[in-house]
This record gives sequence, structure tokens and C-alpha cells, in this order.
Amino acid sequence: MTPTLWGRIQTRIFLIGVVGSIWTLIITPVVPLSAPLSTKYQGTFSVLGVVLVVGLVWELVWHFFQQFRWEKDWPALFALAQGVPEGIAAWLIVRSGVVPGKPQVTLMAFLVSFVTVWLVTWIFVTGPIRVAFPRWRFFGGRFF
Amino acid sequence: MNNLEPRMVNETIITPGMEPPVEPEQPTGAAGDLTDELLHADFWSDDLVARAGIPVVDVPLVSVGGGMGSFVLCDWLRIAGVPTSEIKVLSATETPWETYQYLASSSQVPEHERLRSDSVSCPDNIWGYPSYAFREAFGERSLSKIIAPLWNVFTEPIFTDYFTPRSGQVFKGVRREADRIGWWSMVEHGQVRMVRKRDRGGYFTILTPPSGTTPTKRVAYRSNWVQIAVGYPGLRYLPDLQEYRQRHRDYAHVVNAYEPHTHIYEELLLRPGTVVVRGSGIVASRILQRLIDDRDHHGAQTTINHLFRHYIREPHGPNIWMRRPGGNGWAYQGFNWPKGSWGGQLKFRLERSEGEDRKHLLEIMGGTTTPKRKLWRHQLARGKREGWYREYIGEVTSVEPGPHDTVVTKINTSGGVLELPASFIIDATGLEADIKQHRVLADLLEHSGAGRNPLGKLDVERNFEIRGARSGTSKMYAVGSSTLGGYYAVVDSFLGLSYSGLQIADDLANQGFCKRIGSWSSVRNWWLWSFHRELPGRR
Repeated sequence: MTPTLWGRIQTRIFLIGVVGSIWTLIITPVVPLSAPLSTKYQGTFSVLGVVLVVGLVWELVWHFFQQFRWEKDWPALFALAQGVPEGIAAWLIVRSGVVPGKPQVTLMAFLVSFVTVWLVTWIFVTGPIRVAFPRWRFFGGRFF
Repeated sequence: MNNLEPRMVNETIITPGMEPPVEPEQPTGAAGDLTDELLHADFWSDDLVARAGIPVVDVPLVSVGGGMGSFVLCDWLRIAGVPTSEIKVLSATETPWETYQYLASSSQVPEHERLRSDSVSCPDNIWGYPSYAFREAFGERSLSKIIAPLWNVFTEPIFTDYFTPRSGQVFKGVRREADRIGWWSMVEHGQVRMVRKRDRGGYFTILTPPSGTTPTKRVAYRSNWVQIAVGYPGLRYLPDLQEYRQRHRDYAHVVNAYEPHTHIYEELLLRPGTVVVRGSGIVASRILQRLIDDRDHHGAQTTINHLFRHYIREPHGPNIWMRRPGGNGWAYQGFNWPKGSWGGQLKFRLERSEGEDRKHLLEIMGGTTTPKRKLWRHQLARGKREGWYREYIGEVTSVEPGPHDTVVTKINTSGGVLELPASFIIDATGLEADIKQHRVLADLLEHSGAGRNPLGKLDVERNFEIRGARSGTSKMYAVGSSTLGGYYAVVDSFLGLSYSGLQIADDLANQGFCKRIGSWSSVRNWWLWSFHRELPGRR
């Protein structure tokens, strides 16, 4: 991938907001959480919201690191591995109680939700996204 | 030994389908040939062409070249719904990959060897998905061979070298896609002589079909749009090697890596010899690998003297944000341009630059580079240790015949003048000829208002329209290496051809020639591609 900063932001919003949401709609019923379905959805979508909003800040960090690369690219492995610090940060934020609605999410529920969303969006961005958006790769990950 | 003389005319290496640069033809006076009036007029009227007796074929779009550049644009346009009857590809080659295959094969990349091209740069698939790595994996039967390419693209370039496709895989894919889109029915064979503006808008493209295949010597194609995709305007020899070849009429001991030169490898298998390799780019790497593979696997006793003009000792660049890896003489880069210039931040930066700024940026990003492949680094390190690979740094002052069938290269080094006798010299510098060496491009510069960009090549807009060549509302586009120096760096690559094809297809859509490929159409067409469904609109 060869993202620009604006492309990173647009791609993040699309991946988490659209692909992540669809996946979360599907996966939530099987997320290991002893709670009514509505509570489970509140929890998983809160996690998704955190990944999206905090992710916009993360993109600034990743883009800064990208500047040290001669190729000005972002290898697929980096895109996958950035999930580790992002996941830890998201869990700490969810746990801290600052998320509106104070969602009830166990560590296991968080892991299932976050890890699968991360994997699905990563797989999508490494290939299938180009099928739906053939110009995306030539414009730094921008849709507009 | 092979006599390679016929393949070299003046300073240019002749590739398949390329006409040698020749003096302007004189009109024969026969019906159906060019007349003095036509040759000298910048604008042609229908009447002028009719008076010359040249038959006219009307078609909306003409693509001149018939190689990969033509193919990729046609792929985009066919997917955008253009029927084959609306496109004519004027080509001197039999297949779109013929010239590419010739150059790759000469420079020691046969079909089973890997190109220097990214996994997602697919001329046979506008989406780059599934990538070549995926397709290679799915074509294998053993688990380790299935996993290897996938693991490669997953970990590249951090833990593994970049995955690159085998050249044979690329050609096979293009043939398959050519069949699917109805490519063969769009092609007309022959040599394109010129493209001239029509006085009432549009263009005339003059084709000289193979002798005896048409009633007249020339056929004119009258079109609204023209794409110029003629590939390299020509490949040149280093001036000192050119001078040696011409003075001593020795075309066997001093060769260019882009011309067939297997006689050298065959000779070196028969008896020990010394080879001087000049150049420090991808082609030099490939030549070195071939020479060393022959040592390792076929018992050759070759000594290699590698001559560097500029020796790169360390990472280099203007500042910490623009520092290219380098060492052991080489500037290291995965592909011919940094990936960020394909579609990332370097691409946008170049698009915003003009004149000298653009030239400067291109100089920083471009230049002679080679991928940092483990195999090559290990081979050269071993050669240095064992004494059969030696590096020399300096400027060549002369190349002269030496005793015992050798050629002596004299170089100025920091330690004085050095003489390097060798059995053979291989020029792997890949010098490109001026665009005027190509007859069609020369004619465009002279008669159609086309100009040169800061690197002296054909000046094109961001959407690859040739500046100054508009005719009424009709447009002429150009793609490929002859446009290097414009707003897009990566013109001489599969990915660059995909990008230029997209830009032209979108511009044509804006002019009403085809539909703009939106998401729905893209997904639907990808589905058709996946099942190898022939596209509609074929004759």
C-alpha cells in the first residue's frame, strides 16, 4: 500500500465504518458475552467506535513513521502488526470508562470482536477493496 | 559466433517490430502512397488524402504500438463497454508481449525467471487482484509451494525480498486476457509511418501494411482519438563501445545486454574467460547472476570485472526523509521507482511539480538501481572472497583490441590509468535513445505540435494527453517510456501502464466515448474476469 495521509483517513473510515460494521453485525451474536443481544451490540459497536476514532490519531503516527521509509509505502505486514498497539490502546480506553454509555465488555469479548474486525478489514484492504474501487490504489487510498 | 550487425543500425538496437531510423522516404508517385503534399502538410484534409489514392478506414480510436501499452488501454476500454469495432490497434508485432519478451529474454530473464515487477502490477487484470503471488500459489499442488508465494507477499520487504512474477506467468495471463477481450480482432499489422492532424478535427494515422497484403502501399485510419504506445524509442550503446564496434566491426566481443548475446555464455562454458560488465542496475544484476550461475552449475571458469562509474557506498539522498538504501556499489530499490510514486505521496508530489523542480525530483527518485536480493548479494560476496568477481571504479577512456582475441578497456581511476583486458564486454547500462530516433515520435514533434518535457521526452498532461497535439476537440495520448519526465514517474512499468490506461479511459469517458467504470461495473467485470467470461461487443 502507498497511502497518503488523507488516503489513510478515508480508508480507515471506510474500513472500520463500513466493512467493520458489517462484520460486527454478523459476529456479535457469537461474541462470548453473557448479556442480552442489545447489550452485546452496544459493546461491540463501542469497541468499533473506539478503533475508528482513536484510529484517526493512530494514522498520524503511522504516517509519521512512513516518512522514514524511502519507498513511502506501508507494507501489508505493518498494516497487520499495527493492530497490536492499537488493540491494546483500544482495550485500555474501553476499560477506563471514558467511552459514552460505559459498555460492558469482557476481555474475551473484546478480543473476539477486535481481532476478527482487524483481520477482516486487513484482508479486505490487501485486495478486495481494489475490485470495488479500482482507482483507490492509484490515489493514495483516497476515495474522493 | 553470431554476427549481430544487422540488428544494430546507427546507434540504436532494433527490437521486434521496430523500424530502423531511416532517411525520409521519397514518394514513389504510385497511387496509394504518400505524396510530397502530404509529407509537408501539418494538417491534412480528406480531399488531400483522397487525391493521393490512400484508402481511408474510419474508426473512433486508434492505438499505435500494439505492445503492452496498447493492450492495457484496450483492456480498460473493453471493460468500460467499448466494442472491438471501435478500436484499431496498429501493430508491427504478432503479440502484445513480443517486444517485452525479447528484451527480457536478451537480458537473461527467460520465462522461468522472475521479472522486476510487483505482485499487484498485472497488465492482464486491471484490479491487480488476485495478484500474481496468489495466482502462482493457486496453481501449485504441494503445500510448501502454495504457501511460499503467499508468505512472501505477507512478509515482504521486511523479512523476504519482494515477490516478483515469472515472466512466463505474465505472458500467459496476457494471452488469456487478450482472448477474453477480443484483442486479436482489433489488431491490424504493419508499420505506422506517421500521425497527422486532420483539418476538420481528428487525426489520420498512416499504416504501411506488410507488402502485398493490401492493394495500396498505405492505409489511412481516420479517428477522433489516437494513443501512441510505441515503447522504447530505441536503446543505445555506450558511446565508447559504439565507437569500438563501428571502428573494428566487432559485434561479437562487445555487446549490449538488450541484444541477443547467448554466444558469450556458450563460449565461456567452453573455455575460461574474463568478462567486463558495465552498469549497476537491474540488467547488470541479471547478467552477473547468469555468469555466476554458469560458474556454479555448469563449470564455467569465468572471471568477472565489474566496472562502476559511480560506486554507491552507503544510503544516499538529500535528507533523512529521502534516503535510499545503498552499498557495495549499488543503489538498492525494489522496483524502478519508489513505491510511493506509483500511487502514493511521491506521486502527488510529482504531480504538483513543474519544470526544473520536477526534473530534480525525478533525479532523486530515479536513476540506476537494483533490488537488494539475497541471492545476488551472496553470489557477489562469494565471488569477491574467491577472487573471481572484482570491482573497478572509474571512467572509461578508450576500448581497444588487445592480444589473443581480447578487448582492452582503459579506465581512469583514482589510482591512475588501468587496463582491463577481457574476452567480452557486456554493456548493461540500458541507455535510451532520443525520442527522435523513433519515426512516429519524430514526426509528431515536427508536424503535430508535440513538445518535449523537462527530461527531453514527449510532453504529456496529467491525463497523458500529448500537449499541443489536440486537433479540434480530438485528443492524442501517449504512454510508456517515451513520456518519462512528465507528471507521472512510473510510465515504464506494468503498473504505470495500468494507471495511464485508467486515466485515458476516464478522460475518454468524460468525452462520451465510453462509460466511466464505477464500483458496480467494476465488481461485475471482475466477476466476469474470474470466470474467464468473454466480453460482449466482439466482432
